[in-house]
Amino acid sequence: MTIVRSTLSGLRVLLAFTLLLGLAYPLAVTGAGQALFGWRADGSLVRADGTPTRDRAEAVGSALVGQQFTGDAWFHPRPSAAGDGYDTLASAGSNLGPESPDLVAAITERRAQVAATEGVDPAEVPADAVTASGSGLDPDVSPAYAAIQVDRVAAARGLEPERVRELVTEHTRGRTLGVLGDPRVDVLGLNTALQAVAPALPERPE
Amino acid sequence: MSVTTSTVLAAGGQLLLLLGMLAAVHAPLGAYLARVYSSPRHTRFERGWYRAVRVDPDAEQHWRTYLLSVLGFSLASVLLLFALGRLQQHLPWTLGFTGLDPAGAWNTAVSFTTNTNWQWYSGESAAGHLLQMAGLAVQNFVSAAVGMSVAIALVRGFARSGTDARLGNFWTDLTRSVVRVLLPISVVAALVLIANGVIQNLDPHTAVATLEGGTQHVLGGPVASQEAIKELGTNGGGFFNANSAHPFENPNPWTNLLEIFLILLIPTALPRAFGIMVGDRRQGWAILGAMVGLLLVAVALTTWAELAGPGTAPQLAGAAAEGKETRFGLAGSALFGAATTGTSTGAVNAMHDSFTAPGGGVVLFDMLLGEIAPGGVGAGLYGMLVLAIVAVFVAGLMVGRTPEYLGKKIGIQEMTLVALYVLTTPAIVLIGTAVAVSVEPGLAGVQEDGPHGLSEVLYAFASAGNNNGSAFGGLTSGTPFYNTMLGLAMLAGRFVPIALVLALAGRLASQRTVPASAGTLPTHQPLFVGLVGTVALVVVGLTFVPVLSLGPVAESLS
Repeated sequence: MTIVRSTLSGLRVLLAFTLLLGLAYPLAVTGAGQALFGWRADGSLVRADGTPTRDRAEAVGSALVGQQFTGDAWFHPRPSAAGDGYDTLASAGSNLGPESPDLVAAITERRAQVAATEGVDPAEVPADAVTASGSGLDPDVSPAYAAIQVDRVAAARGLEPERVRELVTEHTRGRTLGVLGDPRVDVLGLNTALQAVAPALPERPE
Repeated sequence: MSVTTSTVLAAGGQLLLLLGMLAAVHAPLGAYLARVYSSPRHTRFERGWYRAVRVDPDAEQHWRTYLLSVLGFSLASVLLLFALGRLQQHLPWTLGFTGLDPAGAWNTAVSFTTNTNWQWYSGESAAGHLLQMAGLAVQNFVSAAVGMSVAIALVRGFARSGTDARLGNFWTDLTRSVVRVLLPISVVAALVLIANGVIQNLDPHTAVATLEGGTQHVLGGPVASQEAIKELGTNGGGFFNANSAHPFENPNPWTNLLEIFLILLIPTALPRAFGIMVGDRRQGWAILGAMVGLLLVAVALTTWAELAGPGTAPQLAGAAAEGKETRFGLAGSALFGAATTGTSTGAVNAMHDSFTAPGGGVVLFDMLLGEIAPGGVGAGLYGMLVLAIVAVFVAGLMVGRTPEYLGKKIGIQEMTLVALYVLTTPAIVLIGTAVAVSVEPGLAGVQEDGPHGLSEVLYAFASAGNNNGSAFGGLTSGTPFYNTMLGLAMLAGRFVPIALVLALAGRLASQRTVPASAGTLPTHQPLFVGLVGTVALVVVGLTFVPVLSLGPVAESLS
């Protein structure tokens, strides 16, 4: 048996596998996934009021994917290295190493910025507020970061801080099964809930 | 992501949960695998399949024929994948992406064929749905199946006695690995992933207005079907650039654990199949013990490093949160990092380039070990068996008798093959790194000066040579220089060891099994497990200490 013959056998086997694994398998899983978990399979899209939808024309984004918020009336997500920030066509981390001068400078600058925006002591700014996530699309912030944003958001929307704090608690999830992951606050879910309680004045960034 | 006592306890609980899940399926899956590769019967589907592709499933192959079949199949894979990459723009479901450039298409073709899944491109901006499904996902299955087949051929070498070096049939092993093992588990895993939010559709990427009024693209793609086999086959090539850090690949802490479980599932079950097939389950336990021992050390060290967060930037930020997702936490990222580099997966749920210096050092060392803790599907088992032979050889030297393993004498020729195996990957990694840091196009891709820059290059070649595929992302590797060099490293790092393993298997199968005597070193006891683990650490340690000192060690001390 020569390499030519075995390559030809290989090609036949590979073409058969391509039909089975490259078409039949993903298409069957797509069919089953669409039928059983359609909303999830389409990307867990939500409308501006937080209700689920499968229609992209009605959606403001995915409940699972972080998006940019910069205005005072919104809870802000973490810094993002995906494109200009939360660009889903360019998911990425910064890949800066622990001794990188660029990263050190970025952290210092973000800490000062967040402290100024939230009117808190720089020491109160938690780690997730000054670091970019792995995907650049992190949908969550830590409860600590959400907590220091409450007063700003409440003031911008004319709400009692206590009411906003309640909403934060509603959108906080603990560890799965008590051991998996870290406690986290879903930023888009929280912002859609805020919008339902006290709509922000129309305000567009830039 | 602050670190408290509860964080540490949760990290421990997470690990126990993972080990519990693996333990629960270990025995049944191991027994099932042994049956899959021992049964003379073909299913009706398989009989039709063999007729359609015109191979004889019952023809016993000599090790050379087996190797030729592996190489022929892999060559066909590289050619088809190269063609798909180059011609992408002419195919349906391409989302308007253009064909890959020649060096890029070559790199990707080799990368996925060798189970490396090194990615120089971003999935969401370069690869259409058809290339992902019919090209990359197919290789995710079959490259894993090739690894399993080679491992089983080696096991047969030990199990058989006095044959004419026949090792079974590659086409049968390949087909059964896919249709009896990988495909059914993938279907179930894919559906579980979809239920948790991993997308599965054929839609394009569409721009929508965000809640605040910005613009963001809603992504589409058959992600879950690919994600399942990406982890199960220890492939690691992400649908999206951010890999398993991406919310659509890994939406919550539970899917994170599930993905780690899938990564470790087959590599930890194969030693059980090995024990059953050689007729002594204790031998399987010993191999598994060495694998899991090394893995647990890596998990402990990585978790400690990431939770403690040493280094200028982590200290300044308050935690090593750069490059990590909130939902997985520090411990969930550390556990994934240890699992993905201990196997040859290379999927990442956090950016390893941003790990702390000791954490990054551990995951790098984990890869340099040769992916045996517990290693990629198949590759981990044959890698560990080779080290077991080194261990009996070393022990034999100490007492001055011909070493034997599982009733096979380890003579000069066996040892030559083993020595070549052990030296192949380090040679690829060190020569590749040395070339890259000596020439202009190599240096051009390095993001940071000094020790971290060297770590980036070393990590890239360690990843390619060991068919891991994870990246210390700072390196700009999508250049013709790196695409070509890393492609060569992946190719040599995959097929030279496979050729040596099959040659070794052929020699072992043709030997008569000798009964154990009073002087035989028992290879199923903790002493031997410790010996194998030590051999692994010493071999890697001695080979890589100089370059590790210049990279991560220097960085840790600075």
